[in-house]
Amino acid sequence: MTTHYLVLSALLFVIGGVGVLVRRNAIVVFMCVELMLNACNLAFVTFARQNGNLDGQIIAFFVMIVAAAEVVIGLAIIVTIFRTRRSASVDDVNLLKY
Amino acid sequence: MEPAKIIEHSGGVIGVSWLLIALPLLGAAVLLLGGRRTDRFGHLLGVATAVASFVVGVLVFVQLLGFDPAERRLAVPLYDFIPGLTKMGLLIDPLSISFVLLITGVGSLIHIYSIGYMAHDPNRRRFFAYLNLFVAAMLLLVLADNYVGLYVGWEGVGLASYLLIGFWQHKPAAATAAKKAFIVNRVGDFGLAIGIFTIFTAFNSVSFAGVMASEAHPSQGTLTAIGLLLLLGACGKSAQLPLQSWLLDAMEGPTPVSALIHAATMVTAGVYLVTRSGAMFFPEGSTAAIAVTIVGVATLLAGAIIGTAKDDIKKALAGSTMSQIGYMMLAAGIGPAGYAFAIAHLITHGFFKADMFLGAGSVMHAMNDEVNMRKYGGLRKVMPITFATFLVGYLAIIGFPLLSGYFTKDGIIESVMEHSATLGWLAVLGAGITGFYMSRLVFMTFFGQKRWEADAHPHESPAVMTWPLIILSVGSIFLGAFLILGNRFMTFLAPAVGRPEELPSFHPFSVAGLATLALVAAGAAFAWVKYGKAEVPVVAPRGSFLTTFARRDLYGDALNEALFMRPGQWLTRLAVFFDNRGIDGLVNGLAAGIGGTSGRLRRVQTGFVRSYALSIFVGAAILVGAWFVVGNL
Repeated sequence: MTTHYLVLSALLFVIGGVGVLVRRNAIVVFMCVELMLNACNLAFVTFARQNGNLDGQIIAFFVMIVAAAEVVIGLAIIVTIFRTRRSASVDDVNLLKY
Repeated sequence: MEPAKIIEHSGGVIGVSWLLIALPLLGAAVLLLGGRRTDRFGHLLGVATAVASFVVGVLVFVQLLGFDPAERRLAVPLYDFIPGLTKMGLLIDPLSISFVLLITGVGSLIHIYSIGYMAHDPNRRRFFAYLNLFVAAMLLLVLADNYVGLYVGWEGVGLASYLLIGFWQHKPAAATAAKKAFIVNRVGDFGLAIGIFTIFTAFNSVSFAGVMASEAHPSQGTLTAIGLLLLLGACGKSAQLPLQSWLLDAMEGPTPVSALIHAATMVTAGVYLVTRSGAMFFPEGSTAAIAVTIVGVATLLAGAIIGTAKDDIKKALAGSTMSQIGYMMLAAGIGPAGYAFAIAHLITHGFFKADMFLGAGSVMHAMNDEVNMRKYGGLRKVMPITFATFLVGYLAIIGFPLLSGYFTKDGIIESVMEHSATLGWLAVLGAGITGFYMSRLVFMTFFGQKRWEADAHPHESPAVMTWPLIILSVGSIFLGAFLILGNRFMTFLAPAVGRPEELPSFHPFSVAGLATLALVAAGAAFAWVKYGKAEVPVVAPRGSFLTTFARRDLYGDALNEALFMRPGQWLTRLAVFFDNRGIDGLVNGLAAGIGGTSGRLRRVQTGFVRSYALSIFVGAAILVGAWFVVGNL
């Protein structure tokens, strides 16, 4: 009965993962990360429904809170980088290396 | 007769006999710490402390004479030296007081002589500081009532000897000689140290009284081992075979040092050690005692042979010192019958050899520090006092009838003859060679043609140098007769070292005595033919194989070089190679390996976020995949 939700969740997770790996625009990468997080949330909620308890739903809330905090910090970093380097490409931010 | 028991006593002068050591030690401390401020009076202070120590010594001696002979072994406790191991104390007995009087008496005379001898040396104060240090250490050596205290003094005299041989350290030869003396002595000191450790394990005590009273009965093997180890120590300090090589080089030091340390006192420490430990570790007929006699007889011949070929006046005298100490060792090895003669010869030798060394110093002083006897000759007229005193010393050492050496050396030969005829005749032979080389020395120096360098203007030395010579030569004349006749010294020494049940009687016309005199006369006559009557060439002739053999110190240095120095150098080179290639190679190789690997590995840190994301993805995929595989097993 819940199989469709889980398939959807997996689909969203894979789309997000591929987006993180292949896209260069930092904003898009960021959105893909959000997509992965929310795919996880969907899976949690689905399992909560399937098992008949609230654990999964509670964890989904936690994930949302963490995601919100992450967005705040991540966007701030991206904007700062964009201001200094006039670029939002993740490949341009490669100074921290060997 | 066995040695007497040691009783504690701390009254009168004996109670403050630590002053004997403290006074010269204080002198050394003031002179060394005071630095140049004490330059002006340094030599006077040095002499004053030595003489004061002599005065204390005489007072202690007088008080000791007040005791009943059987009670003349007094221990003066001082303080807890090493808690749980030994207390420090002084042992005042006939043996130690004999040494004290010799060391401080002859020491004081040599201090006085040095005022004149070192007058022109800018470092005269430092010289006196070291001399005082030596006297303090030597007194500690003979006065300590335990082996550890003796060892401290033993090392102290070694240090003073090192400092004084290398006193003119700007001369490379002197610096090398000092190092050589120190290193060769290290071998002997090592033996002594191990010997003392063994004594402690065997007897649970290191004091003389404790060892003698010990209930422990260690095995014969242990006792022999201790005896041989102590003998090794004695060989190092007393320049006996096989550790003799340092003494001839030690003549690089100033002449008063050669007289005090390398003739009269320090080099006799080995004889002291053997005599002091005699009753315990060198009982008559034991392996260790036989080893002592063999070492003694070998050294007395070796030293005499070396003395025959040396042109350096001090080295000839040094060979003679070796030889005479060989006599003392030989006598000390035959047990209670020989101890008194060994120590009596040690004392008279201290007088006549110091006399001759100081005389040699006086000659060198007059001849611009020339030591080559081939450039002397005919000095008896310009240096009458030096000549007369030297002549007395010379007659004493060759055993001219009625002089000191005659009584003491003859006593040794007689007592050894009773013990073993072979050793006795070898000692007689040594006396004959002594007659030759000492006559050669005297003829080359004081008789014959003048062979002086053009700029030499010899003159008699100042009174401060001649008076010690005169006093020492008086001792060289009378001391032997005083000590030996009527067995005076043997009776005096008996409480400390024991004596044979039957006192020896003095035979002036025994076979051995007459043979000795005949051989000595023959040696002297031969020397007169070769070096007195005939002209002495200024440049040494090449000589036969035997001459070269003696000139090169019987190849002692070559032997040491081949046996120890070169293998030692190979060993160090091998160790350096192993260290560089083996240990360093391992450590450096490991470090280089890790460094190289990390250098390659860090290339993974590309700085591209997406590549990091990919590695996280791959890692997560592998984890999940592994979980599936493991979960399905």
